[in-house]
Amino acid sequence: MSYLADVAALTRKDLRVELRARDTLPAMLLFVLSTLVVFHFALPEGAGDDAAYGLLWVAIVFTALLGLARAWVPEQEHGVLDGLVLAPCDRSAIWLGKTLATLAFLLAAQVVAIPAFVLFFAPLDATALAGVLLANVGICAVGSLMAAMAAAGRARELLLPLLLLPLAIPLVVGGMGAAISPDGGRFLLFLALYDAVFAVLSWASFEYVVTE
Amino acid sequence: MIRARGIEKRYGRRRALAPVDLDVPRDAFLLVTGANGSGKTTLLRLLAGLAAPTRGSLDVGVDRARLGFLAHEPLVYRELTGVENLELFGRLYRVPERRERIGMLLERFGLWEARNERVSAFSRGMTQRLALCRALLHGPELLVLDEPYTALDEQGADLLDRALDELVGTRTFVVSTHEPKRVERLATARLALG
Repeated sequence: MSYLADVAALTRKDLRVELRARDTLPAMLLFVLSTLVVFHFALPEGAGDDAAYGLLWVAIVFTALLGLARAWVPEQEHGVLDGLVLAPCDRSAIWLGKTLATLAFLLAAQVVAIPAFVLFFAPLDATALAGVLLANVGICAVGSLMAAMAAAGRARELLLPLLLLPLAIPLVVGGMGAAISPDGGRFLLFLALYDAVFAVLSWASFEYVVTE
Repeated sequence: MIRARGIEKRYGRRRALAPVDLDVPRDAFLLVTGANGSGKTTLLRLLAGLAAPTRGSLDVGVDRARLGFLAHEPLVYRELTGVENLELFGRLYRVPERRERIGMLLERFGLWEARNERVSAFSRGMTQRLALCRALLHGPELLVLDEPYTALDEQGADLLDRALDELVGTRTFVVSTHEPKRVERLATARLALG
């Protein structure tokens, strides 16, 4: 129970910090909406729904990347990560709290972006939406770990996309499959499996990322 | 409490800390001095468990829950208030009667009036006082303090003097400072680096 209480306290802290600083969510919202607007004009007439779904995934991945790039900034200011690492709580709680907060920001951006996508491009059925939700979990779980690794380096803006994008490819494949394949359920299963495996790996390896 | 044999820290080919031997008994006060770049901060980070030595053996006789660390940086969130920062760390450290303990520390370090202000609005000295509150919050047995007098005005330094006077002899201290005169009277052992 104390583990979950720690995670809840760390997630609440991230939401509170964002509510005050407004550094991440407005940038994500602005980015995803402007990306969809650009895609709307860039997509040729009669390009078809499949191409539009592809562009949706580009927008989702890069919006998540934007949020993840800022995810550990509050901990880097004033060296707070050292303070958290020294606390006697399980260090994976720090990762889980950050993952949940980033997931909340990504979902908030999608609450605006998905209706905009449906309005301008193509409908999304329940399977496609489930694909988006499952991919969100994977992106945030792996992304929070990669962002912590990148934050420790000097060229973090360059390092994060290099680390995360190759790992996000299966999520894009799964999400696209869920949206366009007649057998979308198989892709949902694949996404769920990816989430489970990579969440456990990230949970277990976070401690080694934040200690020298 | 602390026993180190030949601990050394390297980052690649750069040596951040030359080999050091240490024996710090319980309730002792070790004063660490040395020029800039001599490895004081690196040594304190090793003792706090934030880094592992490249060579040598280090045994610190307390776990994280009983260690208080004051770093060069204050280790508090800029966008949270003083109370919110201490609430968060108090929860993570499982501090009993947290609210009372936080109130007592804020009073003691002259931050009670500013308790609901965000740290981003604090002066550097106020932030340092809050960092001291954070380090002392859970009543640690081992206090590792890196330049604790940094940014403190005379009043803040006096408050810290009083806190150290009260705790010395009942806690183990490892303190690095550029102002050794300030804590010289408390030191039971000295280590000059570089």
